[in-house]
Amino acid sequence: MNGLIFLIPIALGLGLLGLAAFFWSLRRGQFDDLDGAALRIFVEEEEEGGKP
Amino acid sequence: MSVAELIERDFAVPDIRCAGCIAKLEQGLVRDKRIAAARVNFTEKRVHLSYMPDTDMPDLIGAFSNLGFEAHPIGDGPGEADAEAETSRELLRAVAVSGFAMMNIMLLSVSVWSGATGATRDLFHWLSAAIALPTVAYAGRPFFRSAWRALRHGGTNMDVPISIGVALVCAISLYETATSGPHAYFDGAAMLLFFLLCGRWLDSVMRDRARGGVTALLRNMGTGAMVVGGDGRTRWVDATALEPAMTMLVAAGERLAADGVVVGGESQIDLSLLTGESAPQRVHPDDRVHAGTLNLDAPIRVRVTAAGADTAIADIARLMGEAAQGKSRYVRIADRAARLYAPAVHCLALMAFAGWMIAGAGWHHSLLIAAAVLIITCPCALGLAVPAAQIVAAGELMRAGVLIKDGSALERLAEVDRAFVDKTGTLTLGRPEAIDLDWLDNGVKPLALALAQASRHPLSEALTRGLQALDVRPAEVTSVRETPGFGVEARCAGVVITLGRPQRAGLGDALATELTVDGRPIATIRFADRLRPDAAEAIHALRGEGIDAMILSGDRADAVAPVARELGLTAQTGMSPQQKLEAIERQSALGRKVLMIGDGLNDGPALAAGHASMAPGSASDVGKNAADCIFLGDRMMPVVQTVRMARRTQAIVRQNFILAIGYNIVAVPLAFLGFVTPLVAAIAMSGSSLIVVGNALRLKRAIR
Repeated sequence: MNGLIFLIPIALGLGLLGLAAFFWSLRRGQFDDLDGAALRIFVEEEEEGGKP
Repeated sequence: MSVAELIERDFAVPDIRCAGCIAKLEQGLVRDKRIAAARVNFTEKRVHLSYMPDTDMPDLIGAFSNLGFEAHPIGDGPGEADAEAETSRELLRAVAVSGFAMMNIMLLSVSVWSGATGATRDLFHWLSAAIALPTVAYAGRPFFRSAWRALRHGGTNMDVPISIGVALVCAISLYETATSGPHAYFDGAAMLLFFLLCGRWLDSVMRDRARGGVTALLRNMGTGAMVVGGDGRTRWVDATALEPAMTMLVAAGERLAADGVVVGGESQIDLSLLTGESAPQRVHPDDRVHAGTLNLDAPIRVRVTAAGADTAIADIARLMGEAAQGKSRYVRIADRAARLYAPAVHCLALMAFAGWMIAGAGWHHSLLIAAAVLIITCPCALGLAVPAAQIVAAGELMRAGVLIKDGSALERLAEVDRAFVDKTGTLTLGRPEAIDLDWLDNGVKPLALALAQASRHPLSEALTRGLQALDVRPAEVTSVRETPGFGVEARCAGVVITLGRPQRAGLGDALATELTVDGRPIATIRFADRLRPDAAEAIHALRGEGIDAMILSGDRADAVAPVARELGLTAQTGMSPQQKLEAIERQSALGRKVLMIGDGLNDGPALAAGHASMAPGSASDVGKNAADCIFLGDRMMPVVQTVRMARRTQAIVRQNFILAIGYNIVAVPLAFLGFVTPLVAAIAMSGSSLIVVGNALRLKRAIR
């Protein structure tokens, strides 16, 4: 019974963490271009910071 | 330079096809000092630019064309908010929240089902309530809002039984929890919301995808014009900022952005998108020209007489607004089902409650059974039955080159039994094609190609396409010079050759170009608007599906007759937009469901009025906006495939309804007798949803 005091908050906390991570990635636009993300690994990056 | 000064704007770039395009655009565009950042969205074929405020639109478009891409600005102004995409994201957030809640409540519920009792069970119920109630309040909003809207207007839809069910179940479960009862249905409520939101979200994703495809196709006809100022200098003015009395400079191959009067230059104007007429019209100074028409030949100066809402197109827009009202009255199949379903469900729950009260079970027990009936009958599978099938169908059609705007379009397409087809641009390709090229002398072809390649005149481009298809190599030519309004001139092996407007009379209105060597005409190449390669096959297949077609054309009778004869169709000719609209209304009054297929501005009202409508990808923006779906490419067969697919989808939807009803027939008596515990409800609900989704997946690979 005592185990529940720890385990339930841990379970809920992990779930909330996942939910928060999903919301974060949604807001950062990571789901806006799913097909493009798959292709971007083929793009050879130019030197970063070379922009004026 | 501070970042705040930068302007952000999206551009539609339809030609993004591969990873190479992404790299080329993102790295190439920022080499222009005025563009600070470029980000490609591959899924929507868009590029998001941040640029300096002093950059002109033609310069930006030029930056794209330097890299070999065609780009069109999206929206009227920079940084336009996308309301529809926001709805989708809100639904996705609701799906995530209800998914989280469903899993965690299930975790607690499983322990209760496995035999937790006493204080532990109460604790778990309270925890479930703490998760479920905020979730219902947050994730249930789309349903509550829509149900409230329907009730306020005195109607009912699928969301009414859902909202009542969820609210009632939560209330009863809360009471159960407070009185230490054995059964709480919080898991059921959360799961119900999760499945239904999945359906809702799928529906909205489908609309988003089609909308993305359509915006990428829109050419934003005449987004502006080069305007000659008082000092003789030209500057770019957006279509919305054009005013009467301005003078536009319209280059060959450009569309007019406003109505006006020609004040300088002579040219030919292609009216096909506006009136459906296939032969170009010759214009001289003082002739009136209309927005949306294409300048074919030579640059002209046009004094603007009307812009924006005053143009000839505005009349068509008004007709379209009226025509579209009929379509908005269409009730979708899910809502039609709900009209029967909602009263039935509520009656059943009420009967269960009354029956157990009479049997003397006490109001607490009776209420619990009524809640079980509500949970079990809640249209979980019904909510998924339609969107699941429709998104699979739309995905398949998109792969075949057809964009479906929304689910209701598929439902309406399945019902059509009559087709009206426009001629120019719909049955035909809507662009000039060089004819009888095989008859040309083999020595002449390389010369013609070399000259045609040097010009961007629509006829030259058509000739280039035609000759390249015949594997002709261009001849070596030097000192190429293009004279607007006449043609191209060059030297080849010491002689002067030209390709241009025929000097001989007697060709009538027909489009033609003439090749001369040393001033002697040696070949005349004619152009015509050809039929789509599989038009006859498609019309035949439509007839096989029980859909009779007929041509409605704005063109002259003698231009329509050969097409009608070749396809074996009857035709009405010389029709105005108003007359096309009336033809459709006459058929609708007879109870026929008309499929309108057309492309021009003049088809806009008819496309909006048809029970369902389709437009080719080459259609005018007005046509593409008014149509329910758009087929890409030169072939016409996708029209038939779409109708077939729509009918199959409707069959699957009906099967799904039957499955859902069959499940209710089994489950409702059990709920009535009080056998449905939260565990049984959870299994039944997820089971029926999976079956319905599985059935919908059978639509995959249905084309072929």
